[in-house]
Amino acid sequence: MAEVKRPDGRKKDELRDFSGEVGIIPNADGSAKYKSGDTIAVAAVYGPKKMHPQHQQDPEKGVLRCTYNMNSFSVDDRIRPAPSRRSKEISQIVEWALEPVLLIDDFPNTVIDVHVNIIQADAGTRCAAINAASMALAHAGIPMKDMVSSIAAGKLDKTVVMDLNKEEEDFEEGEGPTDIPISLTQKGEITHLQLDGKISKEQLKEAIEMSKKVCKDIYKEQRRALKDFVKQEE
Amino acid sequence: MDEEKTPKITAERIKKYLENGKRFDERKLDEFRELTIETGVSKKAEGSVKVKLGKTEVIVGVKMAVGEPYPDSGDKGNLMVTAELLPLSSGRIELGPPKIDSIELGRVIDRGIRESGFLDMEKLCIKENEKVWTLFVDIYSINDDGNLLDAAGIGAYTALKLAKIPKYDEKEDKVLYGEPDKDLPLTDKNPIVTTIYKIENSLVVDPTREEEDVAEARITIGSSDKSISSIQKGGSEPFTTEEISNALDIAENKWTELFKNLDKQLKKQK
Repeated sequence: MAEVKRPDGRKKDELRDFSGEVGIIPNADGSAKYKSGDTIAVAAVYGPKKMHPQHQQDPEKGVLRCTYNMNSFSVDDRIRPAPSRRSKEISQIVEWALEPVLLIDDFPNTVIDVHVNIIQADAGTRCAAINAASMALAHAGIPMKDMVSSIAAGKLDKTVVMDLNKEEEDFEEGEGPTDIPISLTQKGEITHLQLDGKISKEQLKEAIEMSKKVCKDIYKEQRRALKDFVKQEE
Repeated sequence: MDEEKTPKITAERIKKYLENGKRFDERKLDEFRELTIETGVSKKAEGSVKVKLGKTEVIVGVKMAVGEPYPDSGDKGNLMVTAELLPLSSGRIELGPPKIDSIELGRVIDRGIRESGFLDMEKLCIKENEKVWTLFVDIYSINDDGNLLDAAGIGAYTALKLAKIPKYDEKEDKVLYGEPDKDLPLTDKNPIVTTIYKIENSLVVDPTREEEDVAEARITIGSSDKSISSIQKGGSEPFTTEEISNALDIAENKWTELFKNLDKQLKKQK
């Protein structure tokens, strides 16, 4: 089976240049930036703080509340700044992706707000958002049992590839593109999985295994950024 | 932790300091914090910039699209300036539809640019009464440590200065984003807004968050060199005529200072 040639010449499991940085928003309790190629996400954490409105308080544990939004000028055709149906769904997805690693039972009636803003978009924005948010939560000192690392896996025609860019998302040959954004803990638990396209069971498993491998590298970068920040503070 | 307004005890101390002509960070009353700009924040924008005033940070992007003109100005392009005060930038900003402060911010910056004559709107007309360029200037706060107004004004002005009109395929009615064609039709009436804040009997510029909280009133003056093109007085305390006159003098000096500073930084980044 002929492998697809990726438009930018990357190997199938090769990521775009990626990097993380923490402590970028002084007002926030925790903040981070995550870049993958031309996709840039910034995240800020505020809390734990008292939950308003009161009826949303949970007397048994803290609540994680995520909001994802794209800047109007992060894409070619300007998007209206107000939250869209898409951004609301992704906000929920980000929340679900991160909640499993948080140890916030000890913060009843509080909320931890995570705000993620996409400054520049070239596909894989929800994954960049999750990577940035995960780092920002750790930077804020929220008790966590693991980190979450996320990758925009996919399939172009018949080949499983990692970290799709916009050009690849619009791929038109053969079976076309399949998007498989996936988020993993270091233990290998899947906290987020979505799929759009067409794929066999076997190839989906292959995509998950490959994602596990590359997420280890993303995790290393997330950890490096956090450690460097601590060093810098000392 | 809930973010509260500056505590009374700090407010009193700020006022005490100002009585002696001093500020916490040792700046003069009419001295700005360090201003830095970084261009090209988003490749997807036709022009974009990050502005830092001390710890205050905003990003501004210009997008362009081809659309219909307004019926009363069929031979002119459109300009839309909006501001989003992101909850990401401060623990005080709540989620939800834009509130009055972000609406006012966008409108004040809009007038500062529009009224200065910086943009030659007629040159943004493609076909009279049918097709014109629409410019969207969108301002996002990233970290609010006071004086978002001036940071936003500086950002809007520099983003427009950097913006390039993309190619437009008239037959297909398609804007070819990512293919810059020409500069915007700009004049030499460079608009910069300066806001002067009143704290008791003192007038200060570029307040930190704490100082802005203590301010009883403000006046935003949009000018291009010696000519004033927009004013907005905000806050419920009045100004005396003398104070207004002093504020105008401060704004004039600051315009010159900021213009030179920005010009130098822009040349370096090009």
